[in-house]
Amino acid sequence: MEDKKIIVRLRGVVKRFDGDVVVNHLDLDIREGEFLTVLGPSGCGKTTTLRMLAGFETPDEGTVELEGKDVVGIPPNERDVNTVFQNYALFPHMTIEDNIAFGLVEKKVPKKEIRERVQEMVKLVRLEGMEKRKPSQLSGGQKQRVAIARALINNPKILLLDEPLGALDLKLRKQMQQELKYLQKKLGITFLYVTHDQEEALLMSDRIVVMHDGRVEQIGTPEEVYNHPKTKYVAEFIGASNLLEGYVTEIEGGRMTFSFEFGKINLKSRGFKMEEMFYLCVRPENLRMSQCPVEHFHIRGRVTEVVFAGSVNRTFVRLVNGQVLRAESQPDVEIYPVGTLVYVYWNPDKCSFLHTQEDQIYDVIEEEIDKTLEEEANVSIDDVLPSE
Amino acid sequence: MKKKNKEALPRGFMIGPAMAWLALFLLLPLGYIVVISFLQKNAYGGVILHFSLASYRSLLHAAYLKVFAESFLLAFETTVLCLLVGYPMAYIIAKSPEHLRAVMVLFMMLPFWINSMIRIYGWSTLLRNQGVINWILIHLGVISQPLGMLYTDGTVLLGMVYDLLPFAVLPMYTSIEKLDPFLLEAASDLGAGKMHTFLKVTLPLTSPGLFAATIQTFIPALGLFYISDMMGGAKKMYIGNLIKNQFLSARNWPLGAALSILLIAVTLFLVGLYSRVGKMEDIV
Repeated sequence: MEDKKIIVRLRGVVKRFDGDVVVNHLDLDIREGEFLTVLGPSGCGKTTTLRMLAGFETPDEGTVELEGKDVVGIPPNERDVNTVFQNYALFPHMTIEDNIAFGLVEKKVPKKEIRERVQEMVKLVRLEGMEKRKPSQLSGGQKQRVAIARALINNPKILLLDEPLGALDLKLRKQMQQELKYLQKKLGITFLYVTHDQEEALLMSDRIVVMHDGRVEQIGTPEEVYNHPKTKYVAEFIGASNLLEGYVTEIEGGRMTFSFEFGKINLKSRGFKMEEMFYLCVRPENLRMSQCPVEHFHIRGRVTEVVFAGSVNRTFVRLVNGQVLRAESQPDVEIYPVGTLVYVYWNPDKCSFLHTQEDQIYDVIEEEIDKTLEEEANVSIDDVLPSE
Repeated sequence: MKKKNKEALPRGFMIGPAMAWLALFLLLPLGYIVVISFLQKNAYGGVILHFSLASYRSLLHAAYLKVFAESFLLAFETTVLCLLVGYPMAYIIAKSPEHLRAVMVLFMMLPFWINSMIRIYGWSTLLRNQGVINWILIHLGVISQPLGMLYTDGTVLLGMVYDLLPFAVLPMYTSIEKLDPFLLEAASDLGAGKMHTFLKVTLPLTSPGLFAATIQTFIPALGLFYISDMMGGAKKMYIGNLIKNQFLSARNWPLGAALSILLIAVTLFLVGLYSRVGKMEDIV
């Protein structure tokens, strides 16, 4: 992966709309043949980034290089880049065939070749027999396929997809996710995929770029981003996270002691200094519950809500300090009814660490998330643990 | 069944006044015109109650055919100019920031709150030999003799385009405004330059607006008579003038009525064409 050619290079890219900074000093490398997803909430600058690559927007600062050539100022029609639009943007007055052929006609490809390549594409996206129809006669999923075929037929250096599945229902979306991934592997074309759906990103991508407020929070494989989030924002945005704040009190022989409100835990050293504050992050699926203390975990809480969520059971546990933790367990694991006093624990290798200082700007967000978690858990102030 | 009848009564009551209005002010005069067109004129400008096709037959006279031809030509030229001038105007308005659009449309419509004939008088004040433009140009020393601008075919065309331009701009503006900007981006993304994007995407997708503009300019252009009177010096005869003359000067009401019926028939044909194309657009 590392030795693959870099096909797109963004350096120090800034984009402002009416004085608001939408993309803020963005650096990004896209490797040839990879499926790269830009993930972030709406308004994080991910679509603007895509549009700057397509040529619809011009960056205010920085460079956008495509195959080593600066393309800032080059119009979209002169770039070897194609886009799949969020609303498909099919030409309503043209047949499916003519829609797909549009790019080749513009390139003045011989008619016979166009016909052959359109047929090939129609087959690839499984739209045989629909060639003569108009876009309005197709379903959402079919329109989506036309949009993909129309872009792919041009053999772009990179295909840009702007939330292409946003308008489809859940079942169709799952199916199209697989089809897209399959197409990308089969054709070997570089995909830049923009989405706000973290599950989609984890499922499809070779690498994920998590964006927030116009900046890159983290770039990594789905495993890296999920299992080792670098910032609190990433930890909260991708999957749910239980964050416990603490600091290092002992370092000895490759191990360290993490001290926090509920005691001490011995962990593998991760390069933290003594007294350094950080968050310990435990994913809900790694959080376990027991009615008696396990090893050196003495984190006690009361079950406030149990939610059946299909494939998992979701349990909310309120700790003595009021913090609510979230645990997810398989349906075959015993669940504790609401009101039960439990001890929570986890495999010390299955947690990640986040520096606190660089995350201070997100404290507000964390508070909000805590609030919603509390609301979800439906706890009242009097629900604090009774003294034994 | 009884219940249905009960409902039908108030409904008839509701649309009754409107129907009465239409009957009194549209169907009755129209019927009157139709009847007169099949009668004969008498020597004193009245009509004789005697069935005749003479008026319709005389429509085929070479002199009248020439009038029709010239009217169609003028209406055609007016329409083409209105589209050529109006499309860019509509495009600019539609692509302006939203808060400016309403203001721009208002400014375009504002002069039309004044009676059209008065505005045409205004033009002749500007253009005539003792008019404002000639006066300024002479005093600036640009010209020594007034330019004979008024009473030419060109000024008639100018007046027609001026009078009918908003009717061309509005439908085109609506069409262009509805155009999805992502379609233009998609065309550009697929390699089309500005010219190709316009020809292959913008123009076909705004064609309903263009067609509506054509109809809404062509039909009134066929019937307008006072512009050629006031700005063309009544040198040329158009259908509108001809009809007016038959009723007011020549006192040949049956011929005037027959000419009116012809004009109505042409208009209905064009409107029919328009609504059929409109229906086709719905399917697309």
